[in-house]
Amino acid sequence: MTKFEYAPAPESASLVDIKSEYGLFINGKFVAPKSGKTFTTINPATEEVLAKIAYAELADVNLAVTAARNAFTKTWSNLPGSQRGKYLFRIARILQERSREFAVLETLDNGKPIRETRDTDIPLAAAHFFYHAGWADKLSYAGLGSNPKPYGVAAQIIPWNFPMLMLAWKIAPALATGNTVVLKPAETTPLTALLFAEVCQQAGLPAGVVNIVTGDGATGSHLVNHPGVDKVAFTGSTGVGKAIAKAIAGTKKSATLELGGKGANIVFEDAPIDEAVEGIVNGIFFNQGHVCCAGSRLLVQENIEDELLEKLKNRISLIRVGNPMDKNTDLGAINSSAQLARIKEIADSGDIEGAMRWSPNCVLPNSGFWYPPTIFTGVSQSHRIAREEIFGPVLSVLTFRTPAEAIEKANNSPYGLSAGIWSDKGSRILWTAKRLRAGVIWANTFNKFDPASPFGGYKESGWGREGGRHGLAGYLKGDN
Amino acid sequence: MNSTLLADKSEASLKRFLNNLSPVDQVGATARVETLATRSIKVESKNWAIDLAIRMVDLTTLEGADTPEKVRALCAKGVYPDPTDLTVPSVGAICVYNDMVKIARQALDNGGGKNIPVAAVATAFPSGRASIEVKIQDTKDAIANGASEIDMVIDRGAFLSGNLGLVFEQIEIIKALCGDKAHLKVILETGELVTLDNVRKASYLAMLAGADFIKTSTGKVTPAATAPVVYVMLEAVRDFYKMTGTRIGVKPAGGIRTTKDAIKQLVLVNEVAGPEWLDPALFRIGASALLNDLLMQRMKMRDGYYASPNYVTLD
Repeated sequence: MTKFEYAPAPESASLVDIKSEYGLFINGKFVAPKSGKTFTTINPATEEVLAKIAYAELADVNLAVTAARNAFTKTWSNLPGSQRGKYLFRIARILQERSREFAVLETLDNGKPIRETRDTDIPLAAAHFFYHAGWADKLSYAGLGSNPKPYGVAAQIIPWNFPMLMLAWKIAPALATGNTVVLKPAETTPLTALLFAEVCQQAGLPAGVVNIVTGDGATGSHLVNHPGVDKVAFTGSTGVGKAIAKAIAGTKKSATLELGGKGANIVFEDAPIDEAVEGIVNGIFFNQGHVCCAGSRLLVQENIEDELLEKLKNRISLIRVGNPMDKNTDLGAINSSAQLARIKEIADSGDIEGAMRWSPNCVLPNSGFWYPPTIFTGVSQSHRIAREEIFGPVLSVLTFRTPAEAIEKANNSPYGLSAGIWSDKGSRILWTAKRLRAGVIWANTFNKFDPASPFGGYKESGWGREGGRHGLAGYLKGDN
Repeated sequence: MNSTLLADKSEASLKRFLNNLSPVDQVGATARVETLATRSIKVESKNWAIDLAIRMVDLTTLEGADTPEKVRALCAKGVYPDPTDLTVPSVGAICVYNDMVKIARQALDNGGGKNIPVAAVATAFPSGRASIEVKIQDTKDAIANGASEIDMVIDRGAFLSGNLGLVFEQIEIIKALCGDKAHLKVILETGELVTLDNVRKASYLAMLAGADFIKTSTGKVTPAATAPVVYVMLEAVRDFYKMTGTRIGVKPAGGIRTTKDAIKQLVLVNEVAGPEWLDPALFRIGASALLNDLLMQRMKMRDGYYASPNYVTLD
């Protein structure tokens, strides 16, 4: 060995026991779907089939919503907050105890690196349960009146990019506030949600409080349109979000929508350059860029562009792409062939429209779905790669001359979810943050999450907030 | 001075250069270091890293109570760290106080270690609080006694009070004394500089003034070689190389006691400065207890079990 080649350090897949077939989790039990239909979920890094999953149709959704309604009226809404909190604390502790199992399963089903599931997804999911467990008996102090009431049955639909974390973002506040839940995990990543169903059993959660139905968009549509649902919470694409908004228009259902984004990461000339480079890499290559709040547009002040790009390319060359189960992997597999095709299609438009593509030399595995870390320079505001959410490891680099131009470019997007500001000057950070139309703004960091901090978007990035005191408002009806 | 980065030799132009360096964000730097600390190094890469780390150790004793006997024992160990296994490489250097240099040199020459350099701490180590005349004499003595590496301390009081010209000038003077007879390592004592911005400034100051190596600490002050400090220094040598084409070495010293710590340092070197720095000519680890832990881990990798600590020699 002449240079430091890290030997493979794979996590063991045997830490988790994957069943060959999973039913639907309805009223505290795993049941077969009425139609008997199933679909498969695969490991996107190898294309191996992991398990057969039940496909829920309208009849199954009916059962799940009925179970949730019964649990709401008979048990859950009658429990004092402190008792609900007890269950949530219990779930949070079990998630911590079984964190390795969850991390391995998430990596197998999703394709993201074990380093991220181990250090980010699962610890944060547990943190959300802990945080909301604390709120359960203090809801009168949430600023929503002295006796805020739950909606009832919440229909929750979550995406494939952070399956377990999004489950926690949805289920923890719903349960803390006294709602019951029917949750539909994404078609390509149902396994951790089904393991979570086992955790609900282990925690002794009353039957029907959490129900999990697996399926595709049609299943989700049955759920959203179900008359027994009081509240819809969705995280996913803006297209589907719009469809949900149309579907519930004119009904009594309220909705929280966390949709797409095209986050601007603005680097001023006085920024700490080396840390800005880290933040840019984290902003777009964390979770293969499958992040709604990804910093997918880099806006760099023109007089530092060359220096920044040189350092950025050097840093991107160090990204270790490959087996997600290896503890040394930085960039894992793209979640599905459909997503890979979408990334390719939009990125190719960058070539056609005249932007300059750069990727480091990296060998991609033969099986599975992979896309190399990619940056485009010479991007203009009108290019598709500057406007559309790619949801992959593709960064568009634009420049600006004045702070006003940076704001103008950053805000010139139908989205408004996240933004980053890099500067050593506090006044400039505040000046910029005040003018950005984005729900989450990071200064000299990126992709930092905490259950106490509300998350959500402006414009087509969504309605409502999740997390923090503000997130409780999405699950409670106040006095006024 | 080994570069043309400064407009002229005035303190004003030095300050202008140092003040134009990009700031360091402490939170971001620490986060990056923490991620790199999760790299998992095992099997062949661990074997390789252990041997490299042994070759990088500046085996050090810097106690008032040092005896000639202890220094001779240290030298013998530096040449053959494990006499029962001659595949174990020799260490990078033996690092001692000025008065022990001659003893160390002789012990190495007589014990098969002709190629191992003796490093002397100099210039009123560890505080640097003496007149330049004293520092000059200290350095001259060390070189005359056979030191081929000089680990000088900077005057932190001068640096922190903004008297950068003085610090620069003193490094230049010592560098001139070293000439081609000795390598100059400049100790920044980062525990006293406190901020990462200061670490970056002091690193550039030392490199501009002619340091061959920049070294974190004396080992007499805590904190010493923390990972974020080493990270910032590795960035500095990487960027200095881009500016000038000259590769400056880095030497963390103080607080690195275990194989795990040492391997984390090597991962930092690999991913921050680059693989070219994975060479005892460009990266050293100032340590004493570390060597025994490296030897114990090496035996464990070879035999499959941990041996009793009695199988490695006391220092």
